[in-house]
Amino acid sequence: MKLLQKIGLIIFIIGITVFTFSPFIGSYKVTNDILKSTLSEQQYANLSEKLKEKLVGKRFSYTWEISSVFVNEYEFKNETFKNKHEWDKVMHDNPQDIALSITKSSATGFYINNILLFFLISFGFGVLGAIMYFLPDVILLGPPGIKNNNIYRRPSTNRGLIAYFVFAYLIGFYILLYFYPAQLTNQILLVNPLSLLLNGHPASRWFLYGVLYCTVMLTMAVRMYIKYRHNKYQIVRTTSVLFFQVAFAFLIPELLIRFNQPSMDFKNAWPLNYSFFFDWNINNLLNSGAIGAFMLFWGIVLTLIIVPVFSYFYGKRWYCSWVCGCGGLAETLGDPYRQHSNKTLKAWKFERWIVHGVLVFAIIMTAAALYTFFTNENTLLGIETYSIQKAYGFLIGSIFAGVIGTGFYPIFGNRVWCRFGCPLAAYMGIIQRFKSRFRITTNGGQCISCGNCSTYCEQGIDVRWYAQRGENIIRASCVGCGVCSAVCPRGVLKLENGPEENRIIENPIIIGNDGIKLNL
Amino acid sequence: MEHIVIIGNGISGITAARHIRKKSDLNITVISSETKYFFSRTALMYVYMGHMKFEHTQPYEPWFWEKNKINLIQDYVEKIDFTNKSLTLKNGSPISYDKLILAVGSKPNKFGWPGQDLKGVQGLYSYQDLLELEENTKNGIKRAVIVGGGLIGIELAEMLLTRNYPVTFLIREESFWGNVLPKEDSELIMRHMKEHDVDLKTATELKEIISDSNGRVKSIITNKDEEIACELVGLTAGVTPNIDFLKGSDIELDKGILVNEFLETNQKDVYAIGDCAQFKQHPKKERKPIEQVWYTGRMMGETVANTICGKRLAYNPGHWFNSAKFFDIEYQTYGWVFNTPIENEEHFYWEDSSRKIALRIAYDKDTRLFHGINLYGLRMRHHAFDKWLTEKRTVEYVLEHLKDANFDPEFYKSYEPEILNEFNLKNNTYVKPKSKSWKRILSFNS
Ligand SMILES: Cc1cc2nc3c(=O)[nH]c(=O)nc-3n(C[C@H](O)[C@H](O)[C@H](O)COP(=O)(O)OP(=O)(O)OC[C@H]3O[C@@H](n4cnc5c(N)ncnc54)[C@H](O)[C@@H]3O)c2cc1C
Ligand code: SF4
Ligand code: SF4
Repeated sequence: MKLLQKIGLIIFIIGITVFTFSPFIGSYKVTNDILKSTLSEQQYANLSEKLKEKLVGKRFSYTWEISSVFVNEYEFKNETFKNKHEWDKVMHDNPQDIALSITKSSATGFYINNILLFFLISFGFGVLGAIMYFLPDVILLGPPGIKNNNIYRRPSTNRGLIAYFVFAYLIGFYILLYFYPAQLTNQILLVNPLSLLLNGHPASRWFLYGVLYCTVMLTMAVRMYIKYRHNKYQIVRTTSVLFFQVAFAFLIPELLIRFNQPSMDFKNAWPLNYSFFFDWNINNLLNSGAIGAFMLFWGIVLTLIIVPVFSYFYGKRWYCSWVCGCGGLAETLGDPYRQHSNKTLKAWKFERWIVHGVLVFAIIMTAAALYTFFTNENTLLGIETYSIQKAYGFLIGSIFAGVIGTGFYPIFGNRVWCRFGCPLAAYMGIIQRFKSRFRITTNGGQCISCGNCSTYCEQGIDVRWYAQRGENIIRASCVGCGVCSAVCPRGVLKLENGPEENRIIENPIIIGNDGIKLNL
Repeated sequence: MEHIVIIGNGISGITAARHIRKKSDLNITVISSETKYFFSRTALMYVYMGHMKFEHTQPYEPWFWEKNKINLIQDYVEKIDFTNKSLTLKNGSPISYDKLILAVGSKPNKFGWPGQDLKGVQGLYSYQDLLELEENTKNGIKRAVIVGGGLIGIELAEMLLTRNYPVTFLIREESFWGNVLPKEDSELIMRHMKEHDVDLKTATELKEIISDSNGRVKSIITNKDEEIACELVGLTAGVTPNIDFLKGSDIELDKGILVNEFLETNQKDVYAIGDCAQFKQHPKKERKPIEQVWYTGRMMGETVANTICGKRLAYNPGHWFNSAKFFDIEYQTYGWVFNTPIENEEHFYWEDSSRKIALRIAYDKDTRLFHGINLYGLRMRHHAFDKWLTEKRTVEYVLEHLKDANFDPEFYKSYEPEILNEFNLKNNTYVKPKSKSWKRILSFNS
């Protein structure tokens, strides 16, 4: 069994190494045709002269040789135009995106000709190895039950060297993905055949991200199924997030593209889906006939009716732990790191400021975007509405949700984004705290203050604080993952939905002591 | 202002301190030698198992004590002068008190076995014991022997097995925790221990611990003259009040510090609570004079706080309850279920097909009065049973409303139909389960 795990680990490492180092095994040849087909007419007119001289006809081994030339030239030209006040010539696209299109089309040689083989080695080996590593746990972990053994003794799960390595790797990946996508050309090419099959177009970086996301979640879900095989709540919940990720976040949007419809993740509610009310999106939907109109309608109903009503009946867990993609990754890939959330009172204070701050930011940004949509005015109180959107997209959408949100898993826990950053979580949290049927009931006087619940609460809630006083846990940030209840060795905690009456106990009495009837 | 001094920062001492603070502005000082901050003794195992770090076992952040003006001193009290109301500390200068609460806890039993003080032989009670265990196993061991088949013994076995150290478990009785658990219950746990590869030796006692040339344990010999090679011996045959430092003083002692129902000792303004207190006569006749569980320590702390703050209160614990976890099997109990039925009592025992989930109900044969329940792998509401015991419900009533008591996580299989079926078959009755009612559940709390 141990041997099988070791072989699995080796296979996994081969897979991920090939994936990671694929940028070093490509070759690229830029042609004039490629420039013509990837650049707009204006861009071609502005840039082709220099690009032909520096890029066309040459062979390159690395994508950055091409992207750096291109981006430099692009920025240099724009700078020149601006200095000369030739505003009509200034280009407004993201040069990194165009560089990616160029590098994708210029790939030649062994790598691209054997792309299926490389796909199998990277993705195939990665998944196969990981599953070979997890499966023996059915036996190695012993009889079903909570097996958090040695979590704080392993460098991978106790902020050791391996954890820092994963931390750096994830952050690096997100930075490349968001800001330097051309450097991921070869990884994107890996999923090109799949993209063509699904949506009929060559793979974009977001397609790669989607495939990776689903693959990682599926693989890590196998681990969850084994680890929590005694706990039906965990099994059902994991299946649910997995389903919503693969079907709603990935397959349906891709198929919509195939049928030339606007693509939409039907479960992604505003304000998490922060661009939903941007004028380009609304216009796009309004120009897409009945289906577009339906999508617009659905998006509004989702945020204004479904989200609050479901949160009233089930707490925000219906979304955060059952449906959401961010939550889904946190609960699968992030599960080994859940104990790293900060439990101090300080962190809780910080959380309330920042998460509600992001919500306010999202509301202001969206209000400004709607103002632009309805009035066609681009400035509001002297501020350009696009610049608010850009700032939000960069700071919150990319840095907070992506780089920090996932990159920080191994060191700061798996729900950094969900706890401190997600505006939808803040919105549902307010409902959960003040008007909901959800609570975690504490079982009388049974708590022994051991601290397992608090340690494994990914949202940094000091569950024990409440449990040892016999008080129900009603916290805005609780995502209802159910792990506190699972790890409690004394059966003290139960997530349940019930009448609002008596949900919040202001002055709890721990039962069992008949001498004490009033807790003053 | 009065100075309240508490010796011992375990659950009983700290609960007393917290409740005195809630009710008053008195000066509070807690002196304890083991650690500076209160930690949960019950969680020591999880630190060794790597589920938690030691700091996670501390229920309050360090600022809590300062904010609540609870003065903490880490020191050992060597002597108490009850006439002059002053304490001699090992390191610090003497401290005087107006009222004193002794919450000094227990220490592991040692029954004078030959070799019991060798290196590699230890109990499991304190933070220092945890450190010693790390030290004793830091180079890996080939086998450990655990002596004493109770709750701490099985925890120690589980701890060692998470590091893959083979464990031999000596139990004096015929079965595990046999003085508390009925036969089937105990067998269920023993089956589970074997599933976890514990080498169980029942009806076996420790005779002698053998030393190697360095004064370290090499093997043990049982009363059946079997020699078992091992590098660690865990002595977990119960605990006894930790009162050696009080011997020879004026305070009245027996096994523990003798108290009346108000937790008052024979010395004026001196109280004893928690593991170290021994009732001259327990306010509840069915209970033992010394109660060494977490919950009773907490309740005594709550009680004595009232007395200190001017409202003299007798210790009056409610219905008995307890819980534990045996490897993967959770155990809860409410009311009284003894290892053999008491007079005119009947036990109903049910086990599911996995043979890891079970329930036992004790009730009166004639009046059908519900006495208590043991639960294995099933969670049930404390409030429900507390209420039912107070209301003196019958076994049929309890079974009929079992769904109200169910506390298992959502989506778990519901066993009520199976349980009732078996009960009806055995008793020729027709009890049907009522569906869960939130109205009734909420009424448990009032
Ligand atoms: C491993 C283990 C697991 C357990 N699990 C459970 C469980 O699951 N459920 C349950 O109900 N119970 C359990 N118990 C029992 C429970 O922990 C005890 O009943 C409870 O902790 C007793 O609390 P206490 O406050 O009376 O004493 P303690 O917690 O023992 O505190 C007494 C403190 O006083 C200090 N002290 C003693 N003498 C002096 C002195 N002269 N000067 C200064 N300081 C002094 C000691 O160092 C100690 O820190 C467990 C016990 C152990 C050891
Ligand atoms: S309180 Fe419990 S259910 Fe809520 S987020 Fe924390 S661990 Fe999950
Ligand atoms: S895990 Fe359970 S027993 Fe431990 S502190 Fe939390 S609620 Fe209490």
